[in-house]
Amino acid sequence: MGEAATVILPKQSVFLSKVMDMLPEGGHLSMCLTCGLCASGCPASGLHDMDPRKFLRLCALGQDEMVLSSPWVWMCTMCQRCVYACPMAIDIPRLIYEARAAWPREDRPKGILGSCDQALKNESNSAMGARSEDFVFVAGDILEEVKEAQPAWEDMQVSFNRPGAEYFLNQNSREPVTEPDEMVPLWKILHTVGCDWTYGTIGWAAENYCMFLADDAAWETIVRNKVKAVEDLGCRYWLNTE
Amino acid sequence: MYAVRAGLQKFKITPKFEIESIIRLYARWIREGRLKVSSDWNRELGVTFTVQDPCQLVRKTYGDPVAEDLRFVVKSVVGEEHFIEMYPNKSNNYCCGGGGGYLQSGYTEERRAYGDRKLRQIVETGADYCIAPCHNCHSQIHDLSEHSGKHFPVVHLWTLICLSMGCLGENERSYLGEDLASVGL
Repeated sequence: MGEAATVILPKQSVFLSKVMDMLPEGGHLSMCLTCGLCASGCPASGLHDMDPRKFLRLCALGQDEMVLSSPWVWMCTMCQRCVYACPMAIDIPRLIYEARAAWPREDRPKGILGSCDQALKNESNSAMGARSEDFVFVAGDILEEVKEAQPAWEDMQVSFNRPGAEYFLNQNSREPVTEPDEMVPLWKILHTVGCDWTYGTIGWAAENYCMFLADDAAWETIVRNKVKAVEDLGCRYWLNTE
Repeated sequence: MYAVRAGLQKFKITPKFEIESIIRLYARWIREGRLKVSSDWNRELGVTFTVQDPCQLVRKTYGDPVAEDLRFVVKSVVGEEHFIEMYPNKSNNYCCGGGGGYLQSGYTEERRAYGDRKLRQIVETGADYCIAPCHNCHSQIHDLSEHSGKHFPVVHLWTLICLSMGCLGENERSYLGEDLASVGL
């Protein structure tokens, strides 16, 4: 049994035109063949009665109200598998991003909003609100413990803000905040290979919820803070732990 | 990583540094012989592993070459015969549902429904462990494993690298299952 037909009156989508104007080649958003490869390979298909093809079709038929009020935009992870599978390389995730951005900021999911605001408040950019002085303290504390309990690692070092280090290593704040021992295996690996690395006290937190919040200004602030931190130390690489 | 890389592009920033992923470095360091890993510890044990390809790292950043690096590292550390692929994989992999802010969005039920496809994919491999080399993937898959009652351990790659070098400390084993809790201690 198929679903009952929904009667809608096709309109011109202001939203779709706006997004198409932003993208090179309009993000191919007008090229949908309705084949459904996007929807069949999307883990979010079916949640809240929505899927990527349906979302794009609703846009194409000008149903802006429905598209811009659907909570489904927070259930798509913008993982880009739909673009990868699509024969026309249609940028549906960008459409989702802009639909998120069209929500009044205060109406966006509180957890994502709160994580972004925490990151903005703190020079660490930690979504968990971790302060840099705590990070420095925790790292030092754990390092001492390791040296004491595992003498083979007596020479291991962890530096902060060391100018000219080759790698500026960022760290998800989950580690210093909730499971600092998880940093140790990483330090051991870096020490074993003789990697020239440093942590920084500015912009060290790897996570970035402002992008997920679709808040361009906040996202840009965070990226610029991180870029400046790495450049101020003159590091050659910004190293991600994943 | 993706947030910075995409941000640089979006906000037209040209940095004076390059972006690097530790996964690529692990692979390089093993190839260069600087990271002396071995899968000997697992020869008798025969513990099996599958790996999650993080969307941000693979499909959205470096593509299949980094997925190959990831497999090279995993196989070097656990033994080729103890690695089991999920299908589809690499750039065509399914997202686990840990990205996009899902973990903080409050849509917990939807997040788990989303993750069900990933959960089934992992369970179908029959592997004892899932390696999740991304924080959001790790949190999400760990939650899927516990919430579903499957209770397969979900581990970071650094844990296994140190385990394979015989240098994983006692306090660094929170995500290992009982079978590996004391290996190499």
